[in-house]
Amino acid sequence: MIGRNIHLLSIYSALTQFGGPLSVRLGLLAILNQGPCYGYQLRREFDRRTGSAWPMNIGQVYTTLDRLVRDRYASRMESDGDGQVTYAITDQGRSEVDTWLSSPVVREGASRDELVMKLAIAVTLPGVDIARVIQAQRTATLQLLQSLTRVKNSTTDPTSADELAWLLTIDAMIFAAEGEVRWLDHSEARLVRAVAEGGVEPLPLSGSKVRRGRPVKAAANE
Amino acid sequence: MKFGDGATSVPALVDIDLNVSEGEMVAIMGASGSGKSTLLTVAGGLLPPSSGSVWVDGKNLRECAPRQLSAIRRRTLGFIFQDFNLVPSLNTLENVALPLELDGVRLRKATRIAMEALALVELSEYAGRYPSELSGGQQQRVAIARAVVGGRSLILADEPTGALDSSTSEIVLGMLRDRVDSGASCIIVTHDARHAAWADRIVFIRDGRIVDQARSESPSVLLTRSRPESTP
Ligand SMILES: Nc1ncnc2c1ncn2[C@@H]1O[C@H](COP(=O)(O)OP(=O)(O)OP(=O)(O)O)[C@@H](O)[C@H]1O
Ligand SMILES: [Mg+2]
Repeated sequence: MIGRNIHLLSIYSALTQFGGPLSVRLGLLAILNQGPCYGYQLRREFDRRTGSAWPMNIGQVYTTLDRLVRDRYASRMESDGDGQVTYAITDQGRSEVDTWLSSPVVREGASRDELVMKLAIAVTLPGVDIARVIQAQRTATLQLLQSLTRVKNSTTDPTSADELAWLLTIDAMIFAAEGEVRWLDHSEARLVRAVAEGGVEPLPLSGSKVRRGRPVKAAANE
Repeated sequence: MKFGDGATSVPALVDIDLNVSEGEMVAIMGASGSGKSTLLTVAGGLLPPSSGSVWVDGKNLRECAPRQLSAIRRRTLGFIFQDFNLVPSLNTLENVALPLELDGVRLRKATRIAMEALALVELSEYAGRYPSELSGGQQQRVAIARAVVGGRSLILADEPTGALDSSTSEIVLGMLRDRVDSGASCIIVTHDARHAAWADRIVFIRDGRIVDQARSESPSVLLTRSRPESTP
């Protein structure tokens, strides 16, 4: 019973869980798409665009940046006089960001955080059609909801405890998916209102220099 | 679809191309004022579109004589209005039997069929009550019974679960779903994603335009990978 339901449970946690492992890679890359950043600067930008809901230590930021460089989504630029290393997005990175923003968060393997983080960052970026991001996600979530409903409706009345347990699990997922759609509806309405009340300007990268940077040597050694 | 003329005209529906097949249930979702009820009214021939055409059962409604139109409304079409639209001077049973009687069905037969429809929405005991003596949800179920009575093949439902609790909604949706699975077509307007998910296709409208559609995928992926084998 436990083994058989692993797939369903992964969908369930994707719909309900906050605080699971979160892939911040694309979130950081999307911010980098606005302009080159230092590591500390990138962390600060990420925090201020996501309400500091997923605090990261600087080590995580640099590890992620190193992977982005390795995968050719970002490149390391010349260090300036202060010995700080700047990172810039590549063309390949840019198209990765476009794909991320234009496609819904996939259910398996992702947690609900990823969707929240994505939307939070997306509203701070220039040139992103948020209404489309929301609509694409809503369509995907409704498709999941349709499948779950069909599974539920094709089930005859439970004749054993494990069937009953399974139906309860399906119900829980149905309500969770519905909750997500309602949150998306609400976000859309909030967006419309915000735009009507004078527009939501994208957040520019804050220009001020950050004092602490990654030493050039450490960066070059990796 | 426009409301009004000239300078005061309001476009309510723009470039809508919607085809509903036999055995298909389509849900319409969209914010308040996006044009959902207007779309349903036009689809049901209750309002002629200011341009474009509506086809029901192979007939272009614009080219139908008034007599033909009302025959379609009586026999083919079941409309569930957002505000129920029951006749206040008729009791529950008479309201449900009304479309049959208008269509010339004998009183005794109409009564029998209407009682069956009332049983489906679990209102048999309320047959003699008047609309003013019913709760909002009960009135809504009478309206639903009236719309499906006599095997109508196109059911247009504007928020049919708006006044119903979760389990009563499921009964109503199950009933509509049964009709559709035995060959009827259904368009249902709803704000509730859980109810829209009963449809084969979900159409989103915004400012009178269709902006996206979700089609149900085969649930077999979920089924085969996770359904416990039923104990014999
Ligand atoms: N008879 C009419 N004359 C003028 N404008 C109308 C008329 N009927 C509806 N409208 C307008 O057309 C638009 C669409 O209305 P409609 O009733 O179709 O919305 P809806 O999507 O059903 O909303 P709700 O979810 O609130 O029921 C609205 O802006 C409404 O004000
Ligand atoms: Mg309406």
